[in-house]
Amino acid sequence: MRTPPSLLSLTIDLALHNLSNISDLSPVPDHILLDLFLRTLRAGKLTEKVLKLFMATGKDEVLSLIEALNIQHIVIPVLPTTNIKDAEVDIVIGALHSDLTAFLNEWKPVFSRFHLIIVKDPDLLEELQIPEGFNLDVYTKSDIDQVAGSSTSILFSGYSCRYFGYLISRKKYIISVDDDCIPARDANGVLVDIVAQHITNLATPATPFFFNTLYDPYRKGADFVRGYPFSMRSGVECGLSCGLWLNLADYDAPTQALKPEQKNSRYVDAVLTVPAGALMPVSGINMAFNRELVGPALLPALRLAGEGKLRWETVEDIWSGMCVKVICDHLGLGVKSGLPYVWRKERGNAIESLKKEWEGVKLMEEVVPFFQSIQLQRSATTAEDCVVEMAKTVKEQLGQTDPMFARAAEAMVEWVKLWKAVQSS
Amino acid sequence: MASTEASVAPTPLLKDELDIVIPTIRNLDFLEMWRPFFQPYHLIIVQDGDPSKTINVPEGFDYELYNRNDINRILGPKASCISFKDSACRCFGYMVSKKKYIFTIDDDCFVAKDPSGKAINALEQHIKNILSPSTPHFFNTLYDPYREGADFVRGYPFSLREGAKTAVSHGLWLNIPDYDAPTQLVKPRERNTRYVDAVMTIPKGTLFPMCGMNLTFDRELIGPAMYFGLMGDGQPIGRYDDMWAGWCMKVICDHLGLGVKTGLPYIWHSKASNPFVNLKKEYKGIFWQEEIIPFFQSAVLPKDCTSVQKCYLELSKQVKEKLAKVDPYFDKLADAMVTWIEAWDELNPAGAGASAPLPNGQKA
Repeated sequence: MRTPPSLLSLTIDLALHNLSNISDLSPVPDHILLDLFLRTLRAGKLTEKVLKLFMATGKDEVLSLIEALNIQHIVIPVLPTTNIKDAEVDIVIGALHSDLTAFLNEWKPVFSRFHLIIVKDPDLLEELQIPEGFNLDVYTKSDIDQVAGSSTSILFSGYSCRYFGYLISRKKYIISVDDDCIPARDANGVLVDIVAQHITNLATPATPFFFNTLYDPYRKGADFVRGYPFSMRSGVECGLSCGLWLNLADYDAPTQALKPEQKNSRYVDAVLTVPAGALMPVSGINMAFNRELVGPALLPALRLAGEGKLRWETVEDIWSGMCVKVICDHLGLGVKSGLPYVWRKERGNAIESLKKEWEGVKLMEEVVPFFQSIQLQRSATTAEDCVVEMAKTVKEQLGQTDPMFARAAEAMVEWVKLWKAVQSS
Repeated sequence: MASTEASVAPTPLLKDELDIVIPTIRNLDFLEMWRPFFQPYHLIIVQDGDPSKTINVPEGFDYELYNRNDINRILGPKASCISFKDSACRCFGYMVSKKKYIFTIDDDCFVAKDPSGKAINALEQHIKNILSPSTPHFFNTLYDPYREGADFVRGYPFSLREGAKTAVSHGLWLNIPDYDAPTQLVKPRERNTRYVDAVMTIPKGTLFPMCGMNLTFDRELIGPAMYFGLMGDGQPIGRYDDMWAGWCMKVICDHLGLGVKTGLPYIWHSKASNPFVNLKKEYKGIFWQEEIIPFFQSAVLPKDCTSVQKCYLELSKQVKEKLAKVDPYFDKLADAMVTWIEAWDELNPAGAGASAPLPNGQKA
């Protein structure tokens, strides 16, 4: 007959089972403490916290056992296991301001694990100021000139300098954010980790062929709703993740001029796939993409004559975004929009910008119908092929109406050449 | 140009322009919780199941009630298009209403609370949604630009900022999510606890699963397209009534340039139906869906279909041509779609004025 366990043994087992709830072991008698320690070791439950608990008792027998077994505190933080290795990510920042100290320090909790590519706007004269503690590479005008040639380097001035970062990166995922944004806090006051969210968006499937009314079905606590066809539930790869902005939303100059007090304070807790065939304005302020899938489609091409150093004074990202969306739709890839949010700081004068951006506003009226009707050939099976074909169509159809578009088409062609050259080097 | 905190105009009640249609087979106890929000409105109760049973309507509501006998009496042979023993029968209520707007809700849906703990007036939000334009031609990344505190983002073409008329406002549900039977079986404990503070337009050309639990539409703009099909008793399929209506409706809205919104408001869905019963009802639908979806995705309506009825009749023709080979059920359904339009036009002759309100309980 097997001897039943003693009451003491059962108690120690129970204590082991509830170790996480115990905050103080000092009242436990020495011999029991030792037994508990040994069983903890055997059960594989000796964590940093539990070790501290035993050491705090100050009991000699336990302490000498710890020393004898050479048990050490873990110094390096244990990194969370995800499917994405940090090494697959580059964070690209276009620096339009020379002093990046405050900006980078605000982002440190989120960015410090990753490699950063900082591209200095070639028009910026002052030296960049960058704080310690980051793993980064900085690229300036001379680097751009060297890689792109001085005639093509015009492509990379102003906000478009970030595209140089996309060009020379070797990573699978790129996350890009403007240098006048800082981390936002969600409805619970928790700091938003835009990298984690963008990576989740890019690494989980997108559902562009049928709208799910509960938004992202792959999020915890959600799923496909009744009536969603089963054959579409595996989704497609996500090529682009578009984040949003609290405080200063990405409005155009007329809207912001009309409503100077309007700040975006609504935190919408959703990510959704923008359906295939639907176009949208892609903002370059806070976005991420799968470089392997769509890299060449994010391109610096449409530059306004009066383009300035405020987002209100540009449409380069809107043009690029339309190209990406059309290409993703053609290649059967998904584009997501929604979380994560960044907090965008206020700067600039919308009314002043109105004088410059009206041109962009006018252009959009031609641009949108064009992108809505463009059909890419079946033979275009890569993002590169698509860009080449698109450039041709832009030249033929839009180039006649405004020299701006002819220049954009040329820029697209230059860009693909450059992309191919850099990838093969 | 500095603006002070603009006072937002109160949402109009629309109490003489909106009917609330409720299908029920059990009771209407849930109305007590909705009383503060629903009492000003006229209710149309469609009683499913045994017509000899008396459904008690709580005191103080202005209503008309129809049971199966009434449906048979009013429609005669055309009553065959109205489902029996399925909440699809609710579309009879749409047909007999004389109002511009319909709000329909299930009898197991209660008032939800927003994250601040405030009770949500779902009807008020639906009215806001339906009275403001939609944006089906270009997606706005800040969702509904007509909401307070939101707007069109940079890059949104100005020529599209007037938007389109909103035909449908599709609300959502907290607590028991509207999952299909297989999903319910795999995740019996999952509850929808995420309050997504957004209303958005579903882009033109995109289909979605429309749920009839919490829905508002403009009867004048899209009413005849809201036929909930042949379901329930004597039919091979159930729980696809609102889906079918949603797909027909969306194709027609896209064709006519009308908008469909989804998102807020939330209601609290309290009852989880039996997943095994659901599976039996949905079973065929799960397979048929795979043919139905491509059909709707590729459906093209000719230019001369300029009214909802014409569009719907054209769709019924296409259903007969292309889906009848999937199952003879679709042949019957196509016929029922035609019957529905005939009945609709009979009860809603063009140019007829609103009839005088009837005393409670009395039927048309």
